[in-house]
Amino acid sequence: MYMLVEQAMNGLQYSALLFLLSAGLTLIFGIMNVVNLAHGSFYMVGAFCAAAAVASTGSFLVAILAAVVSACLYGLVVERLVINRLYQRDHLDQVLATLGIMLFTNALVTLVFGRSPPFVAIPELLSGSVQILPGLNYPVMRLAFIGAGVFVAIGLWYLISRTKVGMLVRAGADDSEIVEALGINIRRLFMLVFGLGALLCGFAGVMAAPLLAVEIGMGEKVLITTFVVIVVGGVGSVRGALLGSLLVGMTDSFGRAFIPIWMSKLLPPEYSDSISSSLVSASIYILMAVVLLVKPRGLIPAQR
Amino acid sequence: MKQFKKLGVGLALSAAAFIAHAQDPVKIGFIGTLSTPAGYIGEDQRDAFALAIKEGGGKLGGVPVDLIVEDDGLKPGSGKQSAEKMLQEGVRVFTGINFSNVLVAVVPSVVKDGGFYVSLNAGPSNFAGKACSPNFFSVAMQNDSYSDTAAMAANQLGVKKIVIMAPAYQAGRDALTGFKSAYKGEILAEIYTKLDQSDFSVELARIRSLQPDGIFEFLPGGAGINFAKQFANSGLNKTVKMVTPLYSMDDRMLAASGDAGEGFYLSTQWTAAQDNKASKDFVAAFEKEYKRRPTVYAATSYDTARLIGSALKAVNGDVKGKPDEFRAALRKAEFESVRGKFKFGSNQYPIQDWFLVQVVRGADGKLDYKPISGIAKDHTDPYASQCQMDK
Repeated sequence: MYMLVEQAMNGLQYSALLFLLSAGLTLIFGIMNVVNLAHGSFYMVGAFCAAAAVASTGSFLVAILAAVVSACLYGLVVERLVINRLYQRDHLDQVLATLGIMLFTNALVTLVFGRSPPFVAIPELLSGSVQILPGLNYPVMRLAFIGAGVFVAIGLWYLISRTKVGMLVRAGADDSEIVEALGINIRRLFMLVFGLGALLCGFAGVMAAPLLAVEIGMGEKVLITTFVVIVVGGVGSVRGALLGSLLVGMTDSFGRAFIPIWMSKLLPPEYSDSISSSLVSASIYILMAVVLLVKPRGLIPAQR
Repeated sequence: MKQFKKLGVGLALSAAAFIAHAQDPVKIGFIGTLSTPAGYIGEDQRDAFALAIKEGGGKLGGVPVDLIVEDDGLKPGSGKQSAEKMLQEGVRVFTGINFSNVLVAVVPSVVKDGGFYVSLNAGPSNFAGKACSPNFFSVAMQNDSYSDTAAMAANQLGVKKIVIMAPAYQAGRDALTGFKSAYKGEILAEIYTKLDQSDFSVELARIRSLQPDGIFEFLPGGAGINFAKQFANSGLNKTVKMVTPLYSMDDRMLAASGDAGEGFYLSTQWTAAQDNKASKDFVAAFEKEYKRRPTVYAATSYDTARLIGSALKAVNGDVKGKPDEFRAALRKAEFESVRGKFKFGSNQYPIQDWFLVQVVRGADGKLDYKPISGIAKDHTDPYASQCQMDK
């Protein structure tokens, strides 16, 4: 029972990370029609800048600021210099260019911060663990991560469904040509969306830094899962990204927790280990395949 | 008269060319992993190798050398491509590769063309046994050694119940097989993680429910940092002993894990505290040159450079002309190893001592490796008997 609750919390925390990364990616894909492989790079830039800020000031608040600002700025620079020229090109060109940005960013971060992975301590306030059920302690940092995910989800919901910018974003996701025809500066909207996506990545980077290794290429590891999330949830919709994150996060956590246990009961040990490790690795892709069979455009796609 | 002048100039030129040829530096191909998250490992290996050359004033064993460095990006294909390019350029001596999967792709091309490969880290089982080659030498270890010595250490520490964990790929499975071959207690679970996994909360919850005395994990680099941080954050480190190779908690990882590495038991063949002159000189020179402490990767790379130097000296740099003498000199291993004792077994893999260290807080408040006890003397690998060398 405790194991079930603990694994559910772990799933929620992973979902929060995935949501922070996929919310921006789905908007960029849905509204700007750009396949952005460099999305994970903003996450890495945020994490490295946070690590540098913690090392020089010791304050986690400064680190959050550093991560968010640096990732957003870097995102805007990339948008102005490269992405800007790719809106009318086909997806293959975009994949090539953003793959290049990804490699470039890895080299840039190596040059600026060096190859040794830096350390970010868990801030004093969030260290240790609290009792969430009698006899079950859970680390505060992970709870804070879940809290950050909820906070961002509410913030994005407000921004998108209650403000004029959000209205334009929704309209842009549905039909960007009509929005442009109505006299809205679509290029500026694109820049804003891209900057927002990068900013959320930076925030994910600083929140993940105390729990995960801050290292070159950390963004690529999570990028593919992030794409799975937006395909499952439906491209272009933040609600879809939220649902996709929860499904993928939970599937991954429960799969990793319970598939090996079930398999060891069903099969003799010489087969169960290798079969369960393959099934665990494949679980989220099986989920994606099932969703695509039932709903080929994802669960909650943008209207089009 | 004019003809004579021409002849004179020609003679002078050819003489100059001959002298230049005699002083041509020996090219050493260094294919390392300098990008990807593991880039810090390649950096330490390259820097230690370059340090040995610098200490000799651009020479190894008194022979001028030219180090050609290429990045394999941890891809077997690009490692092989670099090696083939270097072979065409006349490189006969190769080293640098950290990862076994890249190594097994490169070595066959090198030895087929009569080149020599001296491995500074990777020591896969196939080249130690049936596929051994007279032109392949492994200086750091055979891959089984770090896990079977960790198992011996777990036996020594009285760990009765253990959970063992590694990523689901060849080197991970090998590490667990190596561990099982020497462990005497009960293995509660074998956990295979995904190769690119960075969150281990699920595995930690399972470990908590299994209540083992100890954990063995083979997670080098970023994954190991992640695991150590989350292991400490979960509070499990208070009740469960971590017994693992130093490769799962090297100097850089220790620095990147904060306090999380405290209390880890590690099996190793070298730390910077090694008490011999060669090692002390090496650590001091490395720290002076690069302002950081060398890892075990750097140490075995430095040994590799000096081993190659000892063999170059024996043939005065003429590897191509005297390959048999060069090989014989490598086999003798007449160099001062930073590990103290060092010699090759019949399969040209090392015979060396392994010992146990623990991560403890020193007098200066910093975490460091503290020697605890010896694990195995003159430790070798189980594959040597399968190796039949034709030369």
